[in-house]
Amino acid sequence: MTFTEILFYVFSAILVISSIGVITARNPVHSALFLVFAFFNSAVLWLLMDAEFLAIVLVLVYVGAVMVLFLFVVMMLDINVAQMRAGFTKFAPLGIVVALIVIAEIGSVVWLKSSAIDAAALGASSGVAAPAAAEGYSNTQALGELLYTQYLYPLELASVLLLVAIVAAISLTMHKRTGQKVQDINAQVAVNAKDRIRIVKMVTEKE
Amino acid sequence: MSSVIDNALAFIKSLPGSTPGSMEFVVWTVVIAVVMFLSIIIFMAFLTLAERRVIGSMQARIGPNRIKAFGLPIFRGYAQPFADVIKLMLKEIIIPSSANKFLFLLAPLLAAIPALAIWAIVPLWPGFTVANINAGLLYYLALASTGVYGIILAGWASNSKYAFLGAMRAAAQVVAYELAMGFAIIGVVMASGSLNLGDIIEAQRGHFSWFFIPLFPLFIVYFISGIAETNRAPFDVVEGESEIVAGFHVDYSGMAFALFFVAEYINMILISALTSVFFFGGWMSPLDGWVTSGPAWLIHGSLLWLWLKICFFLFCFLWFRATFPRYRYDQIMRLGWKVFIPVTLVWIAVEAVMVILKVGPWSAS
Repeated sequence: MTFTEILFYVFSAILVISSIGVITARNPVHSALFLVFAFFNSAVLWLLMDAEFLAIVLVLVYVGAVMVLFLFVVMMLDINVAQMRAGFTKFAPLGIVVALIVIAEIGSVVWLKSSAIDAAALGASSGVAAPAAAEGYSNTQALGELLYTQYLYPLELASVLLLVAIVAAISLTMHKRTGQKVQDINAQVAVNAKDRIRIVKMVTEKE
Repeated sequence: MSSVIDNALAFIKSLPGSTPGSMEFVVWTVVIAVVMFLSIIIFMAFLTLAERRVIGSMQARIGPNRIKAFGLPIFRGYAQPFADVIKLMLKEIIIPSSANKFLFLLAPLLAAIPALAIWAIVPLWPGFTVANINAGLLYYLALASTGVYGIILAGWASNSKYAFLGAMRAAAQVVAYELAMGFAIIGVVMASGSLNLGDIIEAQRGHFSWFFIPLFPLFIVYFISGIAETNRAPFDVVEGESEIVAGFHVDYSGMAFALFFVAEYINMILISALTSVFFFGGWMSPLDGWVTSGPAWLIHGSLLWLWLKICFFLFCFLWFRATFPRYRYDQIMRLGWKVFIPVTLVWIAVEAVMVILKVGPWSAS
């Protein structure tokens, strides 16, 4: 076993344990923190595969932005844990079915991909090890070149989808409530000292 | 004891993955990390003294001028940071009875560790970076965004209303300003054509080509967002002492509080260093390219120039704190979302056109 393999097993073990923690923790804030920890560990796994761009972007997007907002909401909500657990046995069969389908899908993708790699690798060399990265190989650059040439249209489609989602989410909050106290920033910025202070000249009074 | 270390070293060397030079590499990296850690901590300690003296002068008072040690004949008060450290270390760390103890103690560490870890990618002098990684900028953005966890967890784990209000403010503020900051950095990436901080500095070589000239709006947005990210005045609603006592660290004392303090000041130094790297040529000398003869330290880039630039921006931090009243919370949100993000987006569009047309300093890449 090489050192990298030992690292891989250590971090995968932590990843699995923290993922189990996400669904078993009693406190929703603890669940969210376990999820953050799981993201960090999967980022490390990506780093071990020389995919530094994916690893860093995972931390940047999910840990840095998504989970902060998640924690923000989870901390504000008063979640009744007992009520949430009440339907556990009722929904358990459905959950197991969904889990099995997901496992089958992931398994088939992994199996298909690995057999494809096997077929490709057999031509070049025996063994399933991926070819070592060339000197000066930059994962970030390679990904960027692929995304903006071969996968340009899927990328643009995905970004337009996200834009639509943002517009939809914002428009849901755009209704005017009555009785709301709103600051008119323009009026505040445009204010002068003359509007606020009146200097009164008066004669000095004597006792 | 030494046999244990020897055995451990032998075991690591016997692993198939370790190459002959890897052990030396690990030892060297640890030594460099320790030296950097100590220098940053000492810099930070004197920054606290400088802050009190500078703001004291601006407010026509003196500031700390009593404590001295070892009989050194320089101005009095220089030993104040060390006295503060001793005071904080001797104080008890009080843990509120209803607090979540583990998260309460973890939070200060989560605030301080990212602040220190980002220093690994800052180029200190020509050809020297602790970790010269290609995606350095992304590494910086990722770690900077995790720093807020310390604040959020501190506010939540304290189980106190004021602390929690501070944490909520911190979460909203950091997410808002991170976007503006990221967009400002995208402008730098477009002008330099690289995510590597060393390459970004190299791209600024030449006359009038430090990026603060072609990217002036982005420089302003970046620096102000940096002040907001570090929760310094006038953006310090997170701890606003007149509204929510001391915000997220209201229940912290002793060294646990000191770690938050350390994290905030190291982040200030870091923002100053990165502003110099992104927009002011990092370690480059301002005379480089203008003066051909003269003493070498004046013309060539070195740590000295980076240090001078850092000190200038740190002075700005202190200057702003002494000058501006605190922003109201809704004003902060408006500035982040409705002013800075549109400004950066427009300037990125302008810059994209300039890069395509190969106009002036924008086409460096």
